[in-house]
Amino acid sequence: MLNTYTFPEFDYIRSADQDAAQPVKHPVVVIGAGPMGLAAAIDLAIHDIPVVVLDDNNTVSVGSRAVCYAKRFLDISDRLGVGQRCVDKGVTWNVGKVFFENEQIYSFNMLPEEHHRRPGFINLQQYYLEEYYVDRVNELEKADLRWKNKVTGIEQNDDEVTLTVETPDGEYTLKADYVIACDGAGSKTRAACGLESKGQIFHDRFLIADVVMDPKKFPPERWFWFNPPFHEGQSTLLHRQADNVWRIDFDLGWDADPEEEKKPENIIPRVKAFLGEDVEFELEWASVYTFTCRRMDDFRHGRIFFAGDAAHQVSPFGARGANSGIEDIDNLTWKLQMVMNGKAGDNLLNTYSEERTFAADENILNSTRSTDFITPKNGANRAFRDAVLWLAKDYTFARPLVNSGRLSVPPFLTESSLNTEDDGSFDCKVVVGAPCTDGPVKRNGEDSFLLGALGNVFNGMLFVDSRNDLTAEMVDQLGELAAQDVPVKSYIVASHDMDIALPEGVELLIDTVGVVKERLDAKGGTFYLMRPDQLVTARMRSFDKAAVVAAQNKALGK
Amino acid sequence: MSKLITEPNLPRPDDFYQELTDLHRDLSDEQSLDVNARLILLLCNHIGDQDVLSEAMQTARKHIPAQ
Ligand SMILES: Cc1cc2nc3c(=O)[nH]c(=O)nc-3n(C[C@H](O)[C@H](O)[C@H](O)COP(=O)(O)OP(=O)(O)OC[C@H]3O[C@@H](n4cnc5c(N)ncnc54)[C@H](O)[C@@H]3O)c2cc1C
Repeated sequence: MLNTYTFPEFDYIRSADQDAAQPVKHPVVVIGAGPMGLAAAIDLAIHDIPVVVLDDNNTVSVGSRAVCYAKRFLDISDRLGVGQRCVDKGVTWNVGKVFFENEQIYSFNMLPEEHHRRPGFINLQQYYLEEYYVDRVNELEKADLRWKNKVTGIEQNDDEVTLTVETPDGEYTLKADYVIACDGAGSKTRAACGLESKGQIFHDRFLIADVVMDPKKFPPERWFWFNPPFHEGQSTLLHRQADNVWRIDFDLGWDADPEEEKKPENIIPRVKAFLGEDVEFELEWASVYTFTCRRMDDFRHGRIFFAGDAAHQVSPFGARGANSGIEDIDNLTWKLQMVMNGKAGDNLLNTYSEERTFAADENILNSTRSTDFITPKNGANRAFRDAVLWLAKDYTFARPLVNSGRLSVPPFLTESSLNTEDDGSFDCKVVVGAPCTDGPVKRNGEDSFLLGALGNVFNGMLFVDSRNDLTAEMVDQLGELAAQDVPVKSYIVASHDMDIALPEGVELLIDTVGVVKERLDAKGGTFYLMRPDQLVTARMRSFDKAAVVAAQNKALGK
Repeated sequence: MSKLITEPNLPRPDDFYQELTDLHRDLSDEQSLDVNARLILLLCNHIGDQDVLSEAMQTARKHIPAQ
């Protein structure tokens, strides 16, 4: 099937749970080992929570699925310890070009800002991503990944969830305090709970073909054609992936016959018309899709949480599927940890759904708008669309209206009940409810990046201009915050090294090029509080320990 | 409060109207649709005020029910 990739076959291993006299109970069971289930397993295990992952299959994602992973996905993957492998194998790109008929009408750069550890996007076949995630799960003692374990039944009461699991050796029963359902768009867990994911199906079909060709032919950029001469009346998208594989995405319209279109004898002429008769290529994989934008009303159902495609789905324009799914996991894990360790009440878990349905709505809105622009629904809409494209070439005002996919950026959770309002005014892109920015820092004499120093626990950042900004009392108070039952580990962020004795849990960070301060609009005395998922939850112009404690309590749902 | 100007604001109404209709005189309906779309976009950008634009859009759709 694929020439460039060999699918691993993971072994089914009989678990001791299958021989237990009574069903064994685990703190957390994750259903599905797609990207989200695997991310959940890693995240829980690194938070020291034992987790069992059940997957009905024994390999990684087969064929053409996710390609583009956004900066936030990579930042989260870094926290999970998989980021570097993804970036090393993936194709880094920042530039996108838009063509209308015969001409390029404009280009854009996804990350015009320097000094971030990760690029705007990488492209990587989903099977590689999953393989790296599986390897990482297998490194972690607390994670128990069980292949060929299909969940066929699920029930819950106030105290626990009971799962029926089918294996090559027959059925067994498992119990769990909490379940995370990451069983994909067709989630059987969702159906078994009598729940639905509701929304809109687009009456359109897309042919997605992965081809191998000579890398000299096209640069690593995103090229989008509206109404190209080789595919009249429709659109085409070209993207480079690892191993010299290119993703080509042809809009076919609703009337296309998916079975016919999938046949190589029909695909090859389309690809040739596009690339030119003389370009050599090999067809790796092709499939025909229709797309949906929908979500569940509530991502929490008692002790069962829904994440990733099981909870919400978008069309792929904007690459918001896996990119938003991983943000679900990022959001849920620390909350589960806090509640399971008795540091927060059950109500904190409701904020998972509150925050992530808000994010899903933003993703669905963006993805719906892109789909409507790419495939106009009537004559007037098509006239406007074509007018925008025609004007965009010579008149810059029309370029922001061109929508070939608003590529995934993390929705800012500005309405979250966990946020504390700004104390003082701030003028920067980062707001309360947004992920913290990145920037080069020096930590313990070593060059690294800010986001590498944040996460998994509450973090504080106190900005100082000079040694005088810092009183002994402040240093003591930062030490007290770090020694709390739920610690706030703080950094003193300065432009230069300082000779100060710091208490346990407080470190000095050197903002080597000054961008951290600038990007957070910080001044001497400014304090930022981040949640364990690196989201800013409070900030103040002058450090006040009581206010930090209050903001942390608020972020814990207290 | 209404921001959209709905009182006379064109200095030479007959000249304007003739230019608008002349623009379409030698066009097919399909071409006119394209020209109108471009014209609307150019004007909307020039106005640049979302409230005015919303009001104009709603006014234009008045008494035209969904099909
Ligand atoms: C053509 C296409 C292009 C895409 N491009 C992008 C992109 O560029 N960027 C992006 O971010 N996203 C993209 N996506 C979306 C992305 O692929 C999904 O969002 C992502 O795979 C969702 O991951 P998941 O873990 O939630 O679900 P899935 O990947 O669907 O994984 C679900 C897992 O659960 C298992 N499972 C199901 N039922 C059971 C059961 N009963 N018991 C045990 N296990 C079970 C399945 O075997 C599977 O392993 C694209 C999707 C498509 C189709």
